[in-house]
Amino acid sequence: MIDIGLGHYLTLGAVIFSIGVIGIFLNRKNIIVILMSIELILLAVNINLVAFSIYLGDLAGQVFTLFILTVAAAEAAIGLAIIVVYFRNSGTIRVEEIDKLKG
Amino acid sequence: MIAHAIFFYTFSIIAVVSAIMVTASKNTVHSVFFLILDFISISCLFIMIGAEFLGMIMLIVYVGAVAVLFLFVVMMLNVAQQKNQWFAGQQSSKHIPVGLIISTLIFVEVIIVIGGWKYKPEIFDINNSIAQTNISNTHSLGQILYTDYIHVFQISGMILLVAMVGAIVLTFRQRSGVKRQSYIKQISRERAEGVEVLEVQSNKGIKIDD
Repeated sequence: MIDIGLGHYLTLGAVIFSIGVIGIFLNRKNIIVILMSIELILLAVNINLVAFSIYLGDLAGQVFTLFILTVAAAEAAIGLAIIVVYFRNSGTIRVEEIDKLKG
Repeated sequence: MIAHAIFFYTFSIIAVVSAIMVTASKNTVHSVFFLILDFISISCLFIMIGAEFLGMIMLIVYVGAVAVLFLFVVMMLNVAQQKNQWFAGQQSSKHIPVGLIISTLIFVEVIIVIGGWKYKPEIFDINNSIAQTNISNTHSLGQILYTDYIHVFQISGMILLVAMVGAIVLTFRQRSGVKRQSYIKQISRERAEGVEVLEVQSNKGIKIDD
């Protein structure tokens, strides 16, 4: 309990990952919160990579965390641009009313 | 060791609670603020574990850029209809058990993986680039980022460029009926279309039409 090891960090990553998945499934109103849940999932992946990188003594994990950060920033920018365009065209971003693709 | 444990539990509890609040809070602006709190506590954890460069980059990129971008978009769109409700309607509540089951399964699986994962002491000697403790984390990260991973680094730069161009192209809108200055029109203007020489007859004047 007191001796913080790799398992503690991995458990924290697992908890945050699960909260992100719950957020994607349970949130039925707002598509911006879904994007934030995706950011949470990427954050959990980053925690895992950094913890393994530190405890195994291999810097490759931190390098890949940098690339995940890049991809997360690009994904947030594109996703928010799509949301803005959709809101401009149809006037809503409620999850139930976005059914143009009939998925 | 005690201090390390205390800091770890403090930051991780703050992170987990704010992650729950991101998905659960009714107001989207509050969700963004809790997301910022989450990023800050996770970057404190990174700095504490020894990855200080990544912690600082997390602060700059996530809190400084991504979360502020979220905040701008939330405030730009209509806030009145963004009330975020968990149990919104009858037809949406059928997703809730499925979501709970799937996320619980994911959590259990990851916990099983963590519990079954054993330390292998021989792994520690494979690529021990952190072992030289006389150079800092940032220094050693830069040493391998610009040598071994230079191509991946440049590809990530290309990804950022494409994302920037894509976001600008997606949100670009040409409004009609707005008078604006057009440099190409001004420069390519010829004398013949700007000036007209007329013979003005006495007591008749000329008719100007445009």
